[in-house]
Formats: sequence, C-alpha cells, structure tokens
Amino acid sequence: MKRLLPFFVFVALCGLLGFGIWWNTHHEMNEVPSPLVGKTAPEFTLPLLYEPAKSLGRKDLLGQPYLLNVFGSWCPTCQDEHPFLMREGKSLGIRLIGLDWKDQPEAAKRWLQQFGNPYQTIIADEDGHAGIDFGVYGAPETFLVDAQGVIRYKRIGMLTPDVIASELKPQIAAISAGRVATP
Amino acid sequence: MKWLLLAMLLMAQPATAIDPLPFKDRAEEVRFQNLTKQLRCLVCQNQDLADSDADLAKDLRQQVFKMMQSGKSDAEIKQFLVSRYNDFVLYDPPLKPGTWLLWFTPGVLVLVGAGVLANILRRRGQSRLTASAQIAASDGEPGDSGNIDPREDW
Repeated sequence: MKRLLPFFVFVALCGLLGFGIWWNTHHEMNEVPSPLVGKTAPEFTLPLLYEPAKSLGRKDLLGQPYLLNVFGSWCPTCQDEHPFLMREGKSLGIRLIGLDWKDQPEAAKRWLQQFGNPYQTIIADEDGHAGIDFGVYGAPETFLVDAQGVIRYKRIGMLTPDVIASELKPQIAAISAGRVATP
Repeated sequence: MKWLLLAMLLMAQPATAIDPLPFKDRAEEVRFQNLTKQLRCLVCQNQDLADSDADLAKDLRQQVFKMMQSGKSDAEIKQFLVSRYNDFVLYDPPLKPGTWLLWFTPGVLVLVGAGVLANILRRRGQSRLTASAQIAASDGEPGDSGNIDPREDW
C-alpha cells in the first residue's frame, strides 16, 4: 500500500492538471467578474446620439427591463457582434439601448449608417465616465437591467448567437417570470 | 551629416510621463505614482495603471488624479475602483474569506511538508536504533549483521 502512495500522488496531480485544462477552456482568463451584477445600475445622464439636446438617464429607463450594449465605432469586436444584434435584437423582446462609449458622435453615426442600427435609443458617452461607473473595461460589453433598475447579468465581450441562446435569453425569461435565474 | 545630426537632436525629446498631470508639488506626484502602481490596468492585465498606455488606463489615471484633487484618501480612491472593477484592480488582494485559500495555502503547505519531513526523520532514527540494538543483541553471530536496511521502512 505504501509503495503505491507516489502513484496516487501522481494520479492526483494528473487530475489537477486535467481540471486546470478544463477550467481554462471553459473560462475566459481575462474576464473580470463585475461586482455590479445584482446591484442597482449606476446613475447616469447622457445625451442622445441623434438628438444631443435631449438626454436619457437611469431613472428614465425604470419600469421595463432593458439591454444596455456598450459599443464604439473604433471597436473591431463590436463590428463582429453587430450582425448578431441586427438579426436577434428584435427577438429578445426588450429594449436595446446602445451606449456609444469613448467615441466621436460623427464616427458613430457613420458606422451605424454603414452597418445598420439595431438600437431603439443610443446614448453617447464621449468622455467615457459613464462607462467607468459601469465598470466597463473593453467593448463590447452588455448589461441586462431589470424593471427595478438592477443589473441582472453582464456579458464581457461579444454576444454570439450561442451566448444569446444559452445565457441571455434564459436571463430575460427569468426577469419576465419575476425570479432570479441561476446561471 | 552635420545637418542630419542637428535634425536628430532637434527631434529628440526628454523622456516624460505618458500624460503629464498638473501636480501641485512633488509630494502629490509621489503619492499619485505610488497609488497608480498598486492598481492594475484592466485592459493589459499584467501592467499597473502607472505603466499602461491603454486608453482606459489614461482615463482611470485622470480619475485618480481628479479624486486626489478633491481631497479623497487613497483608501477611498481604491474603494471607488473596487466597487466598479472588483478586487482585481488591486495588486495586493485584501484578506477576506474569499481569499483565505490564496493567503494561507502556502503556509499550510509548508507546515504539512515540515510534518511529513519530521515524521520520516523520526522513523528513520527509530529504525536505526532498533537496528543497532539488534546488532548488539546478536553480538558475534556471523552473517546476522547488515541484514537490516534502515531504508526498508520507507
């Protein structure tokens, strides 16, 4: 039995290695989990991209759940994500709000003209302060906010059809059913 | 050649910080440098805020500077960032139940190792004692000594 001990240690180490490989392939190593999920969305008031004289704030969006998609015309991954929003945005059944982050309004408008506009409303965060309050560190990022203004889910990186089907839609369903989804 | 040298000298610039900020004195600048060295850049995650050239790092440096100007303490500034970006922004992870594993595992491993080592040494000492005792007991009998290998036990 004692002679087998090194063998068991070896098997345990192999197990650890296997777990590490599995973990790394199933988790984004650069992803920083947001401390804001489960908390009230931060306060913001930002001008509309297409009507800069008007503004939209956190309180204006209460009452109905919404999806806040952080994008920028300078962001290549946003461009990859864009067709999925165009195709599936409407089928989500909730408002899709665009947050144009650290971007020049003119550049954003050109970008949207070229690729299409999947958003109901777009707010412009030119200096990026609202983005910092939301803990954004790399576009695209997407926040699901419920009718009470609580952030229920955050996606860091692209919303792929797979993520939309396996993560976002169940979360939206859970919100409309009035319960907390377990991811 | 002379002209080329002159042109190169004219183009040379003294090394400056990435984005010079209007510090009121040296102490404030040192405090800023110290603080941003303890904060991680979220974009290029193995760089600190002081070092990073990422756009967001620039914004966060501005934010830290602004908060310093408005009289916020280092702890308050750190809390501001942690509440948005998680403990991950701190290079020095705080001690709390979620980080016990991180903080205490090395110490526990050293203790376990020391325990195992002590155990091995104790047993080895014991088997050597019994070995010499047996040799003493079987004094003079040929072919009996050297039979007991102290390594046998492990």
